[in-house]
Amino acid sequence: MKQLRLFRLAFVILVVGLALFYVFPLDKNINLGLDLQGGSHIVLECVDSPHAPVDSDAVNRVVEIITNRINPEGVKEPVIQRQGERRILVQLPGMDDPQEAEKLIGKTALLEFKDESGQTLLTGAYLKNAKTSYDRFGRPNVILEFNEEGAKLFEQATVRNVGKILAITLDGHEISAPVVQEPIPSGEASIVGQFTLEEAQRLALLLRSGALPVEVRILENRSVGPTLGKDSINRGLKAGIVGLFLILIFMVIFYKGFGLVADLALLICLLLIMGGLAILNATLTLPGIAGIILTIGMAVDANILIFERIKEELQMDKTFRASIEAGFSKAFRTILDANVTTLIAAIALLYFGSGPIRGFAVTLSIGLAASMFTAIVVTKLILELIGQHFTKNALV
Amino acid sequence: MDLIKNTDIKFVSRKKVFYLISGLIILIGIISLLGQGFNFGIDFAGGTLIQLDFEEQVNVTVAEIRNVLADINLASSTIQSLSNNEFIIRIAQIELQEREKIFASLQERIGPFQVLRIEMVGPIIGQALKRLAFLAIIFAFIGIIVYITIRFQFSYALASIIALGHDVLVALGILSIVRKEITIPIIAAILTIVGYSLNNTIVIFDRLRENLKLKLRSPLAEIVDLSINQSLSRTINTALTTLLPILALYFFGGTLSDFAFVLLVGITVGTYSSICIAGPMLWDIKSKTQKTKKNINQVRKNVPEQAVKPPKKRIVKK
Repeated sequence: MKQLRLFRLAFVILVVGLALFYVFPLDKNINLGLDLQGGSHIVLECVDSPHAPVDSDAVNRVVEIITNRINPEGVKEPVIQRQGERRILVQLPGMDDPQEAEKLIGKTALLEFKDESGQTLLTGAYLKNAKTSYDRFGRPNVILEFNEEGAKLFEQATVRNVGKILAITLDGHEISAPVVQEPIPSGEASIVGQFTLEEAQRLALLLRSGALPVEVRILENRSVGPTLGKDSINRGLKAGIVGLFLILIFMVIFYKGFGLVADLALLICLLLIMGGLAILNATLTLPGIAGIILTIGMAVDANILIFERIKEELQMDKTFRASIEAGFSKAFRTILDANVTTLIAAIALLYFGSGPIRGFAVTLSIGLAASMFTAIVVTKLILELIGQHFTKNALV
Repeated sequence: MDLIKNTDIKFVSRKKVFYLISGLIILIGIISLLGQGFNFGIDFAGGTLIQLDFEEQVNVTVAEIRNVLADINLASSTIQSLSNNEFIIRIAQIELQEREKIFASLQERIGPFQVLRIEMVGPIIGQALKRLAFLAIIFAFIGIIVYITIRFQFSYALASIIALGHDVLVALGILSIVRKEITIPIIAAILTIVGYSLNNTIVIFDRLRENLKLKLRSPLAEIVDLSINQSLSRTINTALTTLLPILALYFFGGTLSDFAFVLLVGITVGTYSSICIAGPMLWDIKSKTQKTKKNINQVRKNVPEQAVKPPKKRIVKK
């Protein structure tokens, strides 16, 4: 019995130690959601238009193009992901301006072919495709394919500029400056030069990225600036700290010595929740903070259940140790049933919820698990240790 | 300190009063629901939300913003003042260009500001979210019925679900009456209420199940009352400890205030229904199905011998 208790004590210390190790420093180990650190969550849908029906390839190209537009902006860990048949999810953490993301995605990069005098001869609108290939000497090159109208314009452009440079610009920046070798009537041209394969691939991609191949509609946009995010964190912290203190005081007033035990259990529970978030690499959102604050209130419930039972046992003139034993065994099943049912609601949210709400369900679930652990293991251990040294009603 | 000690309130015999109070509140809520419905936020209705913070030196009122918006044909927008210079504007779903037009007019006619938040939800997403919210609540209810039926009996599950339905109806009714916006966090709050209220009900039913094994000869109504009274101190104290941090969230939570409001209402209603509705409802179900005796005997049959020992001392004084 005594050995078993030592083992449990060691286990609790290990768990608390692990949580401490994983939690600190807080700002590095807890992932903040887009609503707290600022950023944009955007869902796009590719839509059919008369000239450009949506196919799988088109959606992939949209993903590619958006990735290319975002990468140079220096966004940390962006997510650009195809979702299902026609939807694309774009998540950009840490954007300074909530307006920026949509502009970045919505912008139509302009691809132009210019002669030496700087006059635009044709644009990317006429370009059907651009891909890498090899010429007969095995050197990588970039093949351009124009549509019918583009082929005519390109023919005129090449006829007039043989031996001269035909510059290719993207949004005004020159990305390639090939020299026209001969007139090209077929609508298919190749840019040859001193490319490595990678350079050729990159050029082809940039050329393809000129314009989105299909019409894209924004279905959902949730963008939060960093100021509001910081403000939310501060408000959440304030509410959490005030709420925590109110409960700590409440428990001591109503349950005296037991209250102190519950307070200690509550603080450990809070640490375990944060540790759980860190270990599971879960994301803390604004509703997630609300979940933690709510859990603080509900976490003491298990302790209250136990103490009320112990009080009843004490009223029946049992010894302190016997009352603890009986109180726990009677409260255990109630705690289990009560928490499992709450967990069912949390799982429903986890399954059907989106984005920030999932954050709420996650903290609520972790909180339920942590509060059950602290009540059943930590509180019991503390009470038993106290019961060893005091015989009667030490805490009432 | 004990707020509640050794009470002996006859809940079952006063059930008509409780049913009447709840029925009235639900009726008013339903009238409001039929009359004015819900004030769906952009999460479900679709639309655009813009949160702005005007710079300190700018003096601005809701009316001024409304005037500016009216001049660019957006008169139907709702404008909410958060703190001195912070505003939330809700408009129909608009394109980027139109939004920039709004910003340009505001900047020109009122003054410089910072854009804190932009949310735009299209009608397709809104519809999908409505469906998901509905499914989440249904899924939670089914999960709960199954769990309670396994752990207790179907009659307990039925009584719990009636109490839960009561809580959800009251909460939704109040949301409709005070015209609070229905957003995704509000749905989360309602599901939390479901979980919380159930938690309370389960604690009481658990006590009831235990008492049924101990008190073989007492009438069911008396055992139900005893169980509610025995759990009363715990139920009230837990409600208080849960309400404390939510009050803090209500006062300091900023955009989470509405969420906290629903929780405040819901936890109060949930605590009331666990005490005054769930137990009497279980008694009603059990006596109406007239299998009361049989069911109780079934429970008793499953009890191992030593558990049937009577307690050394009665806890409730008569």
